[in-house]
Amino acid sequence: MKEIRWHGRGGQGAKTVSQVLAQINLREGKYVQAFPEFGPERSGAPIRAYNRISDEEILVHSAVYSPDLAVIVDESLLTSEKPTDGLHPDGTLVVNTSCSTEEIRTRTGFKGKIVVLDADRIGREAGTGFANIPMLGAVAAVLGTAWSIVEEEVRRTMGERISKEMLDKNITALRAAYDAAKKGVAGG
Amino acid sequence: MRKVMTGHKAVAEAMRQIEPDVVAVYPITPQSEIAEYYADYVHDGIVHTELVPVESEHSAMSACVGAAAAGARVMTATSSQGLALLVEVLYIAAGMRLPIVMALANRSLSAPINIHCDHSDAYLARDAGAFQVFCESAQEVYDYTLIAQRIAEHDKIRLPGIVNLDGFSLTHTSQVVEPLDDAVAKKFVGVFRPVHPLLDVDKPVTWGPFAMPDYYFELKRAQQAAIEEVPTVFLDVQKAFAKMSGRAYTGLVEKYRLDDADRALVVLGSTAGTAKIAVDALRSKGEKVGLLKVWLYRPFPYQAVASALARVKHVAVLDRAISFGAMGALYSDVATSLVRSQVLPALHNYIYGLGGRDITAEQLAEVLVGLEKVHPDEVLRYIGLRE
Repeated sequence: MKEIRWHGRGGQGAKTVSQVLAQINLREGKYVQAFPEFGPERSGAPIRAYNRISDEEILVHSAVYSPDLAVIVDESLLTSEKPTDGLHPDGTLVVNTSCSTEEIRTRTGFKGKIVVLDADRIGREAGTGFANIPMLGAVAAVLGTAWSIVEEEVRRTMGERISKEMLDKNITALRAAYDAAKKGVAGG
Repeated sequence: MRKVMTGHKAVAEAMRQIEPDVVAVYPITPQSEIAEYYADYVHDGIVHTELVPVESEHSAMSACVGAAAAGARVMTATSSQGLALLVEVLYIAAGMRLPIVMALANRSLSAPINIHCDHSDAYLARDAGAFQVFCESAQEVYDYTLIAQRIAEHDKIRLPGIVNLDGFSLTHTSQVVEPLDDAVAKKFVGVFRPVHPLLDVDKPVTWGPFAMPDYYFELKRAQQAAIEEVPTVFLDVQKAFAKMSGRAYTGLVEKYRLDDADRALVVLGSTAGTAKIAVDALRSKGEKVGLLKVWLYRPFPYQAVASALARVKHVAVLDRAISFGAMGALYSDVATSLVRSQVLPALHNYIYGLGGRDITAEQLAEVLVGLEKVHPDEVLRYIGLRE
């Protein structure tokens, strides 16, 4: 079973993409859980969201304490939220940043795999302004999910909420981040 | 087809398929997304239900009572303080033998204010006369909402029923649920036949009359007779559901690796899933441990509990609420079961998870490992508490 912890701020859509990630993995025939940090949400305040992904039925209902993946949607949380706490030593830290892998390693002291991508820039260039969808693309790449499934599920789930034009922009951002992370996984 | 949905959505999906005539809900906190989803279904014309948004939970259950007496199929949902306000009228629904099914998103009671899971609300409604089912997963939440509807409307029962789902760990967690096809679910629940409806003006009847000392007692005895029929009907309906859905549901309780266990946990709700992880971990080290999950909480399945624990030497009963000044409510029920059957293992009571305090498989494993060493004089023990 893989456990994932998302670090974002209220309003950035970390919870939303954790739910889309669950849908993507359901399509892959997996058992999944997606849940926000339990409590009231405030715009701009640090929030956490979680995923569990497994080949077998997931029975556990407790919180996630030692994730395999920590995903930093908002770089400012890298220091304030201690995102490497409990992160499995062989796990992966995925960070939205313009810094290099080495810089993030120095800042966090994390010895496992680090994947960096400038999701803010990717979102900006694609015209969405959001980092959450690029970070979803990065996580899907790290998990080794086939692109076709990622695209299809994002189109299906997000298509109900946003216009066709905005959806296409999001898919562009998703693809750019997916490719960037894939390179990062291979390189780092 | 397997889908991803929260426990809230699982209830709403079952309700959509049941399609009651009336849903009366208080639409503000502490109401849940159940009411929100259902209001969407009504607005979008997906269901033909009269949605009655009222000014309090007391009024919500009052509207349910009125509609059910009139002859409608009625459902509602609430949580926490809402249940506390509603419970007065729940006694009336039970006394009037009205089959109103209610989802209860289990959350703590104030003070202090807290919006997280425990079973204080379910325990508060314990003696109201509604039958109560606890669910381990969103799948069970969906399934047992359909099952509860059939039990509530059964000729021998005609009582309100509560489907409990743990706050957040079930209500807000997206998980895999395989709902039935609409036609299959609708066929399973069946067509509602009201009994002596008020709106049958050709056969006028009196509902909710006054009963003096000469009749009140007999009417309450009749109500007890009705709820005592629930276990038999529960098993019949559960069997029919299992056959139709392929789900492995058998019994008023679920026995997990109990056959040769010398130590066991007894729990309600989603903690059962986490406890299965703990049991599996200890079993893989050769420890003889097991779990008893209570599905039907009211009426309490005394015999089933006693026979499930007949060969266990050390039992830990876990209560997710304090019954102030007394042992835990579930503990007391388990103790009663065992004494009546002259099965006398060492029996311990643990309080856990109040106000959403997390409970982990490791903590549950620790309870099982330390069970033989607990001093019999220790009355109440607490899991995960800072003291």
